[in-house]
Amino acid sequence: MTPATNDAPTELLIHNRIELALHTLRPGTGRPLLLLHGLGERSPAGVPVGATDWPGQVTALDFTGHGGSTMPIGGGYTAEILLADADAALEHLGEVTIVGRGLGAYIGLLLAGARADAVRGVILADGPGLSGGPSVPTSQPVFSFDVVDTPPDPYALAELGRDLRPPDYATTFARLAVQGSGLDEPISVAARFRPAWLRAVVDEPGVTEAGSVADALRAYQG
Amino acid sequence: MPIIDVPGARVPDREYRIDAGGLGIALHEWGDADAPPLLMAHGGFDFARTFDTFAPLFADAGWRVVSWDHRGHGDSDHAHLYSWDADLRDAASVFDHVAGRSAVPVIGHSKGGAMMVQLADAQPFRFASLVNIDGIPSKRPIPDVSEHERTTMLAGELTGWLEHRRRTAGSQRKPGTIEELAKRRGRMNPRHSTDWLRYLVTVGANVTQDGWRWKLDPSMRFGGFGPWRPEWALMRLAGFGVPFYGMLVEIEEEMGWGTSPDDVRPFIPDNGRLEILDGVGHFAHIEQPADVSGRIMEFLGAPA
Repeated sequence: MTPATNDAPTELLIHNRIELALHTLRPGTGRPLLLLHGLGERSPAGVPVGATDWPGQVTALDFTGHGGSTMPIGGGYTAEILLADADAALEHLGEVTIVGRGLGAYIGLLLAGARADAVRGVILADGPGLSGGPSVPTSQPVFSFDVVDTPPDPYALAELGRDLRPPDYATTFARLAVQGSGLDEPISVAARFRPAWLRAVVDEPGVTEAGSVADALRAYQG
Repeated sequence: MPIIDVPGARVPDREYRIDAGGLGIALHEWGDADAPPLLMAHGGFDFARTFDTFAPLFADAGWRVVSWDHRGHGDSDHAHLYSWDADLRDAASVFDHVAGRSAVPVIGHSKGGAMMVQLADAQPFRFASLVNIDGIPSKRPIPDVSEHERTTMLAGELTGWLEHRRRTAGSQRKPGTIEELAKRRGRMNPRHSTDWLRYLVTVGANVTQDGWRWKLDPSMRFGGFGPWRPEWALMRLAGFGVPFYGMLVEIEEEMGWGTSPDDVRPFIPDNGRLEILDGVGHFAHIEQPADVSGRIMEFLGAPA
């Protein structure tokens, strides 16, 4: 995807001490589409090909340490903190449909579970950071990086790239989404690569598979 | 001079900050600056000065005791982000500052003990030995409820946490008098004496225009959720190569982890030992500093 530029109107949302860049890629009315980028990426400059038919506003969030959002000092990234990033966008936009790439797919799943009544469908797509780290603890290295001021934050790449993702943790969020959503199938998996957590999610009731992001979005347009 | 005197409590001999990857981490030392170092890691929502009665006992025995405030705690910087990995990284910076790449003995309490178990697994070369005071997690007690009810409970936790994150920008700790802050802390530390709780306020809180406020970052919240399982700590423990001394306590408390000795015993390494301290709670080193320090000093041997 082409990265976002200043051409896309951007609002800054506050998440504790972090300023989050929320880009409006295309204005519109009706339920917004929220795009969540992959690990090490930033929001696209324009509406991606798979989302061009979406009838409403199209927005995209830069996660902490990415794109136009704050670069924190000293790392400390977790998927759960990025979940709260995405929740800040949800608070601002109201009810949304989500397309998540890679890491953004995992965060989209978490948000669909945590805010089931406000997420009208999430599409999990391929992208960087989809796999995460191991599903059980290992003797992972303790490391540090020199301070940098240009995104993406190397701590984000390292810490979120090895984020523990046990399959039963992911399926808990899938179940929350199914229980709390008014949709029969609130989760749609368009990703072709299926790490263990995603294979487990696909097997859950209420999770459907789609041939493409565009196909999946059509089902959530109502 | 402290505002409130507590028998045995002693202010650190040296206090300073180090730069840990851009973040300021506060260090506190008791004892001769040239004595052999001994590191102490505090628990969650505590701070290094909670060792004000415990650390001097080791200093008087010939150790240079060094403790540090975890990010967001005590006099260390409030960070943009918090995580277990980040705490380990900050700890490694402290180890580097104090001992370089040499091995030192370490005492950790509660979360500090569990953190040190993980650091010793990842970087065993830093540890001459490890003492863990009631910081060995085992399976979290799970209420006897159905899967559906458990999922519903998690939904409540998630909503509560996200609502907290939405509100936390610019928030401050609630102000109060020394007595009010002591009373609040007493709810989570019911076995501490009133005098000790009042003392903690004077070293763990700041005076502001409208009263005392705990230094702890207001964005931090007790509890939470995530993929981590407490019992995973035991897997690391089993493979320990450094001498290990684990202490569990008889009396369960709000801040403790309710660890069952039977859960832990099978994972104690060959060169380790586990003791259950009778008649004390989660803060055994504060309740009975002489007894607990005596046991540990016997384990550590003479400073060297």
